[in-house]
Amino acid sequence: MVEINLNRRQFLKLSGATAATLAVVELGFNEKEVHAQTKELKIAKATVTPTICAFCGVGCGILVHTKDNTVVYTEGDPDSPVNEGTLCSKGTTIRQVFTSEKRLTKPLYRAPGSKKWEEKSWDWMYETIAKRTKETRDKTFIEKENGMFVNKTEAIASLGGAALDNEETYLLAKMMRGLGVVYLEHQARI
Amino acid sequence: MTNHWSDLQNTDCALIMGGNPAENHPISFRWLTKAKEKGGKIVSVDPRFTRTSSKADVYASLRSGTDIAFMGGMINYALENNLIHREYVAEYTNASFIVKKDFEFNDGLFSGYDEATRKYDKTKWAFETDEEGNPKKDKTLTHPRSVFQLMRKHFSRYDVDSVIAVTGTPKEDYLKVCETFCSTSKIGKSGTIMYAMGTTQHTVGTQNVRAFGIIQLLLGNIGLPGGGINAMRGESNVQGSTDFALLYHLLPGYVGTPTAIPEHATLEGYNTKETPSGGYWSNKPKFLVSMLKAWYGPNATKANEFGYQYLPKGNKNYSHINLFNAMYKGELEGAFLFGTNPVVGGPNAGKEKEALSNLKWMVAVDLWETETSAFWQEEAGSDPSKIDTEVFLLPAASSYEKEGSVSNSSRWMQYRWKAIDPKGESLADLEIIHMLVKNLKGLYKNESSAAAKPINALYWNFGEGHHPDIDLVAREINGYDLSTGKLLKGFGDLKDDGTTSSGNWIYSGFYPEEGKNRSKNRDNKDTGGGNFLNWAYAWPANRRILYNRASADPSGKPWSDKKAVIWWDESQKKWTGNDIPDFKPTVAPADPGGTNPFIMINGGVAGVYAPTLNDGPFPEHYEPFESPVKNSFSSQEINPAVVIIEGEFNLKGDSKKYPIVGTTYRVSEHWQSGSMTRNQEWLSELAGHMYIEMSEELAKEKGIKNKDKIIVSSARGDIKAYAMVTKRFKPHMMNGKKVHQVGMPWHFGYKGYATGDTANRLTPHIGDANTTIPEYKAFLCDIRRAD
Ligand code: SF4
Repeated sequence: MVEINLNRRQFLKLSGATAATLAVVELGFNEKEVHAQTKELKIAKATVTPTICAFCGVGCGILVHTKDNTVVYTEGDPDSPVNEGTLCSKGTTIRQVFTSEKRLTKPLYRAPGSKKWEEKSWDWMYETIAKRTKETRDKTFIEKENGMFVNKTEAIASLGGAALDNEETYLLAKMMRGLGVVYLEHQARI
Repeated sequence: MTNHWSDLQNTDCALIMGGNPAENHPISFRWLTKAKEKGGKIVSVDPRFTRTSSKADVYASLRSGTDIAFMGGMINYALENNLIHREYVAEYTNASFIVKKDFEFNDGLFSGYDEATRKYDKTKWAFETDEEGNPKKDKTLTHPRSVFQLMRKHFSRYDVDSVIAVTGTPKEDYLKVCETFCSTSKIGKSGTIMYAMGTTQHTVGTQNVRAFGIIQLLLGNIGLPGGGINAMRGESNVQGSTDFALLYHLLPGYVGTPTAIPEHATLEGYNTKETPSGGYWSNKPKFLVSMLKAWYGPNATKANEFGYQYLPKGNKNYSHINLFNAMYKGELEGAFLFGTNPVVGGPNAGKEKEALSNLKWMVAVDLWETETSAFWQEEAGSDPSKIDTEVFLLPAASSYEKEGSVSNSSRWMQYRWKAIDPKGESLADLEIIHMLVKNLKGLYKNESSAAAKPINALYWNFGEGHHPDIDLVAREINGYDLSTGKLLKGFGDLKDDGTTSSGNWIYSGFYPEEGKNRSKNRDNKDTGGGNFLNWAYAWPANRRILYNRASADPSGKPWSDKKAVIWWDESQKKWTGNDIPDFKPTVAPADPGGTNPFIMINGGVAGVYAPTLNDGPFPEHYEPFESPVKNSFSSQEINPAVVIIEGEFNLKGDSKKYPIVGTTYRVSEHWQSGSMTRNQEWLSELAGHMYIEMSEELAKEKGIKNKDKIIVSSARGDIKAYAMVTKRFKPHMMNGKKVHQVGMPWHFGYKGYATGDTANRLTPHIGDANTTIPEYKAFLCDIRRAD
């Protein structure tokens, strides 16, 4: 195990600046030896990808093992100077964020007065949401107030985003300001 | 955090107050354990004996909502016993500044208060200035109107006996905390303060943090390894999402949002009003214009003020509580929710749920069906036939089903690579946001209405496909030299003439050249002091310890070799050390400004006196919105500068009907509103039930046994839960009066595997005077057996 870990770690360190996703078998390890040395067969041949925990602000490093299009194992990233391989209960179970049967897998729509969700296509969703946004925005848009440009709508709110990536929060902030949204809030306040 | 997680190992004393890292930031605790192994002490101050308390050398309890009394007493203790770092205070803080005669403080009110508007005229707290406008100083700190002497007078009222009569802390515990933490005033020692929502979620939350700032400056603990003020962030990217300004009052990089005031009518007007004459913020116009260039691209020209007019300009406080109040009153039509669940996590959550049914449409982007996106269901206690809200629920990919960076509490921007394709039809938020904008732009394309102009002008150039090119987004954030098309090396290169762009100036430099996104750095060799400069990227400029110039004395020598971070190297004529200097590297100690470590602030010194806050330049104790006792420090019961919403939206409880102090917290196994964890099998099994923690004394009084079903009620609502009778809570004795306190986790709702009643049905809609953060942590309630 130790040997495998070391090799994998060296690889991740070296390749850090570029793509860090690669199947362990592709690293030129002796496959048989790997099998012999590992007791956890399920992670042999798995692809290992470094990520950062999705939960608290400590930012622990995690290695995600994937195989056959599912997540087979997750563990603390021994290279991370934040957690040095350790994780708490939430970081440890992060595999289930993927495997949980409760995950939403399709866009769902609820019509006014309806008791249930209906499945819809992404295109239908994008088009309908854009239409609703435009209707509300056009109706409530304030271009000027006391002679100055204010370019805002006070009828649309945006909430949340503390679990998004930086690049996503950047686009979201840009989009909402672009729409003229002033009710813009997220978890830093609550 | 001014410092960072692995730096905690360098501390001689960690004061942990308003947070419980052993449980809620568990891995941070390994660094505290390392500090302990080196002889460091841990002090835990909390209404409840937490897991952090169980690992502490010193524990003291306090009643929720009395932090300022507690810290005010410690400030007084440090001043009276001369346990301060005097030279640091005189040189690096505004303690030497002379305050004008207008400043007064009487019976809980600072001068300049207007009762009708509940606002202060802050000009009454100004400094005396010389002909050039610089504050007058007395570095002997003896002038009767020096900040130092005013501070001494203000906090002299916080003597130990007055303090503990309010906080309910046993005297010997209180003294032990003061003595242990103030011992870090010695040269060669450093102490850190670690806090979380137990500090901020109060009507005096900002002043709670201010009190931490004051004591840390008096002890000379800012800028040192093992020192600083360290806010422990609760979400993996709440640091980044704040840096990127998902808040009404900010633009990216903490540039204030322009508002609908006449001074902000033009870019020039905004710059004139909002740009200080000194300190690093004097570069604000460069940050703003470069951001406008990133947002509006070629549509931002000198002639149109770089698109400044397109920015929305509000005219009020649009924060969470007010947002829901507006929704409750039917003023909002639509809402976008990205991974957020206010029906569990919002204050007075029952009212927030009611408010949602006034929306015409709601877009919820999430991994799960949450209590919020399902608010219209019978399961939520609603009648679907009466709710006309259209709900669009979009399935989002999880953190490792996409790639991108997150910024942890240490400000370390770390990269997450994509491990697997998004589950089912779910998509990365990046793509969802991109496609929404593309569809909207499509609808407006041929229009020239007032509403169409800003959205048409928005520069959106992230590739042609459905999935935007994240590398282009990263580059736009870092910024370009627009004349050469090259990536910017850092924010020092930004200009205000439209020749540079940067989506967020504080991050400028993380992507300084082709192929070098530094958030992907994975070299984990310790570069000294535990700073790991080649692992990830820390904003700003990869600095790991903020204000690190203050770790050296005015002459540029570390106060102590044991606590060295950076120092002046005379032979090289520059600052050098274990960290990137938080200082201009070539400004010598003898140069103008060479002894001013707080470079962001006009004047270059830190403020123990803050004449900019809404509720006073010094922290003062007020009781929470709902309190079991009268304020014994003054006749002002609650913070005189908070805004109170009257009526149904914010019912207030009376201490006769609701005599018990309630508070909320988290457990290790669950996260925030629980949607991410209550939908997982193992975590649900580990922590499956909603419970209310109470003392043995209270349980006895109420005839409640462990595991009994009980009802907790407040003026806002009732919830049911199991009783957890523990020794971790003890009644507080205050002036001979016994006050009970209960606590509960706030993670539960009716969806997921582990379900339970929502604690926030009990909490009030009242916010802090500066930030409007809701007062979740101290409210009144009562408990009884359910059967
Ligand atoms: S593993 Fe635990 S301590 Fe580490 S980031 Fe995740 S939630 Fe925080």
